[in-house]
Amino acid sequence: MGDTVTAGSPPRAPDPRYRVVAGPEGYLSPAAAAMGIELPDEGYSLVEGESISDSLAPDIIAERLLEARNPTLFPGPLVLWGWSDASIRKARALQELVAEVPGMKMIPMPDYRPKYPKIDPAIEINPNHPNLTIWHNEIDVCVFAGVHCHFANIALKIIRSGTDCYTIALCGERGHEDAMVTMRDAGDVKVASITAAVRRLKAGGHDA
Amino acid sequence: MPDIGVEIPARTVVTAEHMLFDAPREQRYLIGNEAVAEAVKRANVDFVVVYPITPQSEVSHLCGDLWARGLIRDYYRGEDELHVMVSAMGAATGGVRVFTATSGPGTMRAMEAISCWPGYRLPLVCAFMGRGVGTPANIQPDSVEIAYLLETGMIIFHVENPQDFFDMTIAAYAIAEQPEVHVPVAVFADGFFVTHSREVVELPPESEVLARYDPAVAPVPAMDMETVPVRMARDCLVIKSNFISYNANASWQQEVWAAQHRARKHINRLMGGSVEVLHPDAEILLVASGSAAAQARVAMQEARRQGLDVGFVKIKVIRPFPEREVVEACKKAKHILIPEFNMNGWLAREVKSRVDNNSRIFAGPRVFAGMTMPPELILDEMHKLVGART
Repeated sequence: MGDTVTAGSPPRAPDPRYRVVAGPEGYLSPAAAAMGIELPDEGYSLVEGESISDSLAPDIIAERLLEARNPTLFPGPLVLWGWSDASIRKARALQELVAEVPGMKMIPMPDYRPKYPKIDPAIEINPNHPNLTIWHNEIDVCVFAGVHCHFANIALKIIRSGTDCYTIALCGERGHEDAMVTMRDAGDVKVASITAAVRRLKAGGHDA
Repeated sequence: MPDIGVEIPARTVVTAEHMLFDAPREQRYLIGNEAVAEAVKRANVDFVVVYPITPQSEVSHLCGDLWARGLIRDYYRGEDELHVMVSAMGAATGGVRVFTATSGPGTMRAMEAISCWPGYRLPLVCAFMGRGVGTPANIQPDSVEIAYLLETGMIIFHVENPQDFFDMTIAAYAIAEQPEVHVPVAVFADGFFVTHSREVVELPPESEVLARYDPAVAPVPAMDMETVPVRMARDCLVIKSNFISYNANASWQQEVWAAQHRARKHINRLMGGSVEVLHPDAEILLVASGSAAAQARVAMQEARRQGLDVGFVKIKVIRPFPEREVVEACKKAKHILIPEFNMNGWLAREVKSRVDNNSRIFAGPRVFAGMTMPPELILDEMHKLVGART
């Protein structure tokens, strides 16, 4: 995209050329929703702003993870805390996914508060300056899971704005336009389908 | 729940779609204030806080009655509107469903709190009963209040009549509480013309209510120790701006407006779209919102009876502004009139900034400060525009 695209206030006509791709996009990139990117309907995922069937997304995500130099999961409070059976199941499924992807790391987003004097980017990611964690750890592909949607959207947009990291969001609710790939209603079953895709690709000789 | 010796009726939980489209309806003869109270009754509201102010006072009173019947979980009268709107913010931040209402000077007094609601991603619903806000002090109907609310980040509906007031308040909760939306909705009714006009309103059964609000699916954690996973700070970033990226604060603002975009598909689903268009191929188009739309509708009918080629666009949703729909509806018109109940013509500015060839637009007629807008006034302007005086 061009250099600086201003944000969507007041609402503007969608730009049919807009694609949600890895950045850096510019000084202040727009929210993808303001550029006409719509969240997927039930049974669908988004890949770079395009709606695709949920059945196709796990392979795309698995391929990205296996090709990454430094794939990293950012688990948020909704999976870090065992507050429901569903959250525990999703957390376990995410652990299995991380174990299946060679070299995949986990760096938590434990909370959302701005921190004095600054976060340690080696051990956590914070929605107020997620780019620090991406840069410090040289992360080229990341997965958001269990982060409250508002903070996930802010972090995903900042990452797209200032880094070249490829972002994937496994959302328990409606998904995230600001990620390059997003699955909605992503509980343990959908996470497991990604893990299965990773196993399939590895068995097929995919070279990580 | 207070022990006030009344039997709390058993109620059936239904979806907003059922309540709005499928439920049997019974005709009642209600003023707008009564209609919105009927919506609050069916919306399964947890908390109402209000400060009475003309022309909103009846809904304050009626919500108190609902609380006394056990149909609202908590209710009180604040000390003033700023107190009310801060209390509403606190309750919604804690993860409960909130209703409040105010009008004119009350809106102005509470503006500091109201302008914070969207940034905190609070899905509360506020009925604004529009009246003059000054220049000079005025208790009469006027839609200028919307101009002050346009850039707050709230979703804004503008009702035409008491039926709209009921339906749009129900829809407001269903839309505001979508996890990807989760911003407040202002349901705006022109004071007196709607709040105190008695009309037939069709209501679904009183025994049916919306499901309770679920803070667990909110895009922000509820500030409540009883709502899992945990109480945590979600301070607006400006509080510690010396150590955080200003980009984060900017992105937060963008996210509020992104939420408005996401509301569009729910508006289409639950409100039949953001606009109502009649005779879109007409030479003359009347574009209006609120009770000005009611007057424009009558004017269109009379003009067509007289042989003029006139169409009508009612803008139901002011934010997110239905840009594509308005541009499409105005595409063929040679003359566009925008009648409004305010002096400054905020709706005309909204439309002018979106449609091309906006020299087609006549930003009026406008009346304000309590004056009525007879359909004949609109008709007269139409005749002037086409050079055929009555």
